Amino acid sequence: MSVLIYTENAEGKFKKSTFEAVSYARAIADQTNTNLVAISIGDVANDQLSSLGKYGADKVLNVSNAQLKNFVNQAYASVIASAAKKEGAGIVVLSNSFSGRGLAPRIGVKLEAGVADGAVALPEIAGDKFTVKKTAFSGKAFATVQLTSANKVIALVPNSYKVVEKQASGTIEAFSAETKESDFKAMVKEIVRSTDKVSLPDAEIVVSGGRGLKGPENWGMIEELADLLGAATACSKPVSDAGWRPHSEHVGQTGIAVSPNLYIAIGISGAIQHLAGISSSKVIVAINKDPEAPIFKVADYGIVGDAFEVVPQLIAAVKEHKASA
Amino acid sequence: MKILVCISNVPDTTTKITFTDNNTQFNTNGVQFILNPYDEIALSRAIELTEGGKGSVTVINVGEANTEATIRKALAIGADDAVRVNAKPHDAWFVAYQIAQYAKQNAFDLILTGRESIDYNGSKVAGMLGELLDTPSVSIIKKLDIDGDKGTVEREIEGGKEVLTIPFPFVAGTAEGVAEPKIPNMRGIMSARTKPLNVIEAAEIKNNSEILSYETPAPRGQVKLVAATEAEKLIGLLHTEAKVI
Repeated sequence: MSVLIYTENAEGKFKKSTFEAVSYARAIADQTNTNLVAISIGDVANDQLSSLGKYGADKVLNVSNAQLKNFVNQAYASVIASAAKKEGAGIVVLSNSFSGRGLAPRIGVKLEAGVADGAVALPEIAGDKFTVKKTAFSGKAFATVQLTSANKVIALVPNSYKVVEKQASGTIEAFSAETKESDFKAMVKEIVRSTDKVSLPDAEIVVSGGRGLKGPENWGMIEELADLLGAATACSKPVSDAGWRPHSEHVGQTGIAVSPNLYIAIGISGAIQHLAGISSSKVIVAINKDPEAPIFKVADYGIVGDAFEVVPQLIAAVKEHKASA
Repeated sequence: MKILVCISNVPDTTTKITFTDNNTQFNTNGVQFILNPYDEIALSRAIELTEGGKGSVTVINVGEANTEATIRKALAIGADDAVRVNAKPHDAWFVAYQIAQYAKQNAFDLILTGRESIDYNGSKVAGMLGELLDTPSVSIIKKLDIDGDKGTVEREIEGGKEVLTIPFPFVAGTAEGVAEPKIPNMRGIMSARTKPLNVIEAAEIKNNSEILSYETPAPRGQVKLVAATEAEKLIGLLHTEAKVI
């Protein structure tokens, strides 16, 4: 028995969400008194691979071949499932990222495993009873789901488990897995990644704008504040529906659910659908000129005022704070 | 081109979520159920792609008789026919398995799901279907075009997008951007009443997950207000008190 963690990389580098998932998987390995095996697929340098040991991986399987350089959902699922079988891993952990959400269900079927997507806490294990807390109703609730199958797949929500560093190192082994030709029917034509920006699902701080900003031409101050804080930018549904911002920035029940440490809502009234998408944020700041806006019911801190006056002051204050830090 | 669109019946987005029976059951009392918004996008794109005699759109739902209003809505939007697998949708695995049984007997070029249902948010049915049917699957796409017997999709990735071409048949989960949701017109609503809705029985399978209980997020404390002229005070609180910057 062991626990297998798939360590997703972006252009050869592991992200914080990957280290969170490794730390989480390490804790499950400790809960079940077994070892933690990591599997990395793609073109990842040795120093990156060995850094996984620091987060608790006992062994790192490195799958590196040209055909698997880019993410191919079907093929990656085959590789991970075969590694799980070879290592006798009954529990497979992934990050609940865009790619992770493609892999988890396929791996689940291959291993006849129940899949706990959207996990937000460590499993509770009592004898044969294995339960995981996961998000439900688009952030409006959590469900405790029992996985009744022998094998289990868990996909961990980014920013929901803290990275834990250990004084440890893992060994690296080359691993080659069987894939079928039919695993490669989907062909990647192009990857467009804006590397200068913080990605919204991974962001620790999110600066989000709503209809109160009156138009896309006023997003300059949102972007400036976000840049200063190392934050991702986001928006409410009416904003993306109006085409002011791309759909990929829409936070809410029918957009992205985020769980940053700090969510700053500017000119967002706080419709129930928006609140669903931000309910897992650790700290919420609201800036709105309407003191009755529902956003203040969920906010930890707030300023009642005009965004066009408050945000420039915030920008100045952050600059001053950074200068004195 | 034959397209199968998988639809689910979910609580309206404005629903306040509560539970009954010691937090073990979702309280459906007074809740309005709707066609899952992401499935509506899938359906709308399927109709666009088959317009003008270029193909057909079948919708499939795993649900009990109470989902028929939602199925009729899908027919009113423009699906040609519908199938209901008569069973409570236990979990994603149950639903995907039932749809796969139907899809194996009725060859489809393209199977679309929403990226996730807004009640359980699993994003699992598309991938499970792909695996069960041994076809490619893309879980979260924001653009879908068809050229002959292959599709070009844009898949969402953190901080960007990936463009893929995939030969038929394949499965994709649609997100915002794929299509504007279509609104049924009067003719659609009238014709939906007479379009075929076939009810089939579910295959038996062993479940591998059970929801034991629910909880709602812990209530947040009172908001701490800072005067509009004291922005620096807010930054100070976020640094020293909340410790998030």
